[in-house]
Amino acid sequence: MSTATPNPYYAGRKRGNLIAMGLCYAATLFGLTWLVLILVTLVTNGMAGLSLDLLTQNTPPPNSTGGGLANAIVGSLMLTAIGVSIGAPIGLLAGTYMAEYGRHSKLTSIIRFINDILLSAPSIIIGLFVYGAVVVPMGGFSGIAGALALAVIVIPVVVRTTEDMLLLVPNPLREAASALGLPRSLVIKRIAYRAAKAGLVTGVLLAVARVSGETAPLLFTVLNNQFWSLDLTNSVANLPVTINNFVNNPDPNWKKLAWSGALLITIAVLSLNIAARVIGSSRSEK
Amino acid sequence: MFLRLLFRTGLLPRSVLHLKRSPKPSRTPRAPSEPAVSHMATIDTTQPLTQAEHSEAQSRAQVLRSMKRGDIVFENLSKFAAISVLFLLGGIIISLFIGAWPAIKTYGFDFLTTQRWAPSLKPQPILGALGPIYGTLVSSLLAMVIAVPVGLGISIFLTELCPHVLRRPISIAIELLAGIPSIIYGMWGFFVLGPFLAESFQPAVINFFADVPVLNVIFAGPASNLSLFNASLILAIMVLPFITAISRDVFATVPTVLKEAAYGAGCTTWEVVWNVVIPYTRVGVIGGVMLALGRALGETMAVAFVIGNAFKIQASIFAPATTISAAIASEFAESDGLHQSSLILLGLLLFVLTFCVLAIARMMLMRLERNQGK
Repeated sequence: MSTATPNPYYAGRKRGNLIAMGLCYAATLFGLTWLVLILVTLVTNGMAGLSLDLLTQNTPPPNSTGGGLANAIVGSLMLTAIGVSIGAPIGLLAGTYMAEYGRHSKLTSIIRFINDILLSAPSIIIGLFVYGAVVVPMGGFSGIAGALALAVIVIPVVVRTTEDMLLLVPNPLREAASALGLPRSLVIKRIAYRAAKAGLVTGVLLAVARVSGETAPLLFTVLNNQFWSLDLTNSVANLPVTINNFVNNPDPNWKKLAWSGALLITIAVLSLNIAARVIGSSRSEK
Repeated sequence: MFLRLLFRTGLLPRSVLHLKRSPKPSRTPRAPSEPAVSHMATIDTTQPLTQAEHSEAQSRAQVLRSMKRGDIVFENLSKFAAISVLFLLGGIIISLFIGAWPAIKTYGFDFLTTQRWAPSLKPQPILGALGPIYGTLVSSLLAMVIAVPVGLGISIFLTELCPHVLRRPISIAIELLAGIPSIIYGMWGFFVLGPFLAESFQPAVINFFADVPVLNVIFAGPASNLSLFNASLILAIMVLPFITAISRDVFATVPTVLKEAAYGAGCTTWEVVWNVVIPYTRVGVIGGVMLALGRALGETMAVAFVIGNAFKIQASIFAPATTISAAIASEFAESDGLHQSSLILLGLLLFVLTFCVLAIARMMLMRLERNQGK
C-alpha cells in the first residue's frame, strides 16, 4: 500500500486557496499597519509639545518660543457646542418624523434618500454653501457662520441614527402606551425616546466626533484668529484651522504646536468614537 | 416575646404589631364623596354634577385640549424639521449656482475643456477646470484600485478566517481609521508618507518600468514628495473602513446554508467566497464601493496637503496634480471676482459628480434591502 501521490488538480486548488487566504491576512495587516503608523507618528511628534502651557497660553506670534493653543481649543469647543446644539435638535425632530409620523409615507423615503446623500456630501461644499448663504450677506467671516456649517454637517448624522434607533423600538410598547390613552407626542417623548435613549446619545456623540475634526468647512467661514476671541460675530480661533496654518509654516515652534494640537484632536475624536460604540453596544446586548 | 416587651415599655407603637398581624390593611371601601374615575360618574345623568365633579371634568377637558395642542405642535415641528433637510439640499444647489453664475456666463462650456488656470491674468483671468477634474477622477479611481481589493480582503478575513475573539477588536480598529480627522491624514502624508515614498518606493517603481513602453510614461520620474499617487494612497487608506464595513455587513447576510452546501461539496474557503459569497452580495458590495468613491471624490484636507496643487495635467502619476476640493481649499480664501466664482463653479461640478455617484450607491443598497425584505 503506497501513499497516493497528491492529485495535481487538488493541489492546485489548495495552493490557490492558500494564496488567496494569505492575501486576506496581508490585507488586514496592511489596514491595521496604517492605523498604528499614524498613531505612533502622532504620539512621537505630539508628546514633545504637551504641557500645561498648551492649555493655558494663547497661540504665539511667528518665530517666538513657548505659547499654547488655549484660544484655539476654547474656540473649537465653542463652535462644536453651538453647531451641535443647533443641528442635533433639528436632526432629532426630523428623524422622529421619519420613524414615527411618516413611517410609510413617500416623503420619508425621499428625505431618507436626500439625507443619505448629504451624509456623505463633501464637507468643503458645505463650506462653500455657508460662505454664499451666511458669510457674504453678513459681510464677513464669523463664528456664527462656522457653527452653522458644522450644524449642517451634524444634521444628516443625527437624522440617520435617530431614525434607525426609533425603528428598533418594538411597536407593542407604543401600542401599550396608546391604549392607556397617551397622545401620540407623549408616546414618542415618554416611551419611544426612552427606549431608544442609548442609540440617540450614540448618534449625537458620533456627530460631535465627526464635527470636531472638520477643517474644510471652517477654512472660509470662521477663518482663524491669533487671539483670545469669544465674539461670534467675528472670526474665532479654532484648532483645525490653526493646525492647518501652523503646519504650512517653517517656524519649528509652530510646527511643534501643530503636532500637539493634532494629537489632542485625534485623542478627542477617537475616544468619542469609542465611547459612542460602547454606549451603542451595551444597549444592543440587552 | 421580645417584641411584646418592647410594646409594654412603649418603645414601639401598638400599630406596628397590628400591621404585622393583618397583612391586608386598607380594604376600607371608598367614601362616596371621593370622586371615582370621573367619566364613570357622569354616566349617571339623572343626578346633577356636584361642584367637585364639575371642576374635575373641566380640568380633564383642559388637559385633553392641551395634549391635543401639544400633539399638533410636535407633529408639525418634526415634519418641518424633516422637510428642512430637503431645503438644505435645495439651498446648497441654489447658493452654489448663484455663486457660480458669473463664471458660467463668462466661460460657458469652455470651462470644462480648458486646462489653463491663470487667475491673475489681466484684463481677464483664463480659468479652466480640466486639470482639477482630471486630478479628482484619476486620484479617486486609483484609490479605489488600491482600496477595493484590500477592503474586500479584510472583510473576507473578518467573516471567514478571523478567530471569534479578535473579530470585534479588529473591525473596530479598522473603523477607527474613518474616525481620524482628514487634516491628520494630510499632515501625516505630508511629513511621513511623502518623503518615504519619494525616497524608496517611487524610484524603485520608476526604475523597474523604465524600459517598458506606456508604463514608463505612467510611472515616470522624477520622484517627488507631492504627487497624485501619494494622494491616491492616502485616499485609499481613508475609504478602506467604508468598504470594509459595508462588505462585512453584506457578507454576513449570506445564508449559512448556502455556504455550508458549498463547503459540503468540497469547496475551499476561497472557492466559497468567490463562487458563493461574492455573487450573492454583488449589488451590496458595489453599492459600498460607490459610497467610498463618493467619499474619495470630495475628500479635501488630506489631498490638499499631499497632491502639490499643480493644474497642469501630467501623464506620470508620480507628478504633482490637483483636485477640485484641493483647489478650492488652497485658493478660495484669497480669491475674489471671477476667480472666486470659478472656484464655486468647481464646487458645483464636484457636488453634481458626488451626488450622482452617491445616488447610484444608495439605489443599489436600497435594492439590496428590498430584496432582503422579500
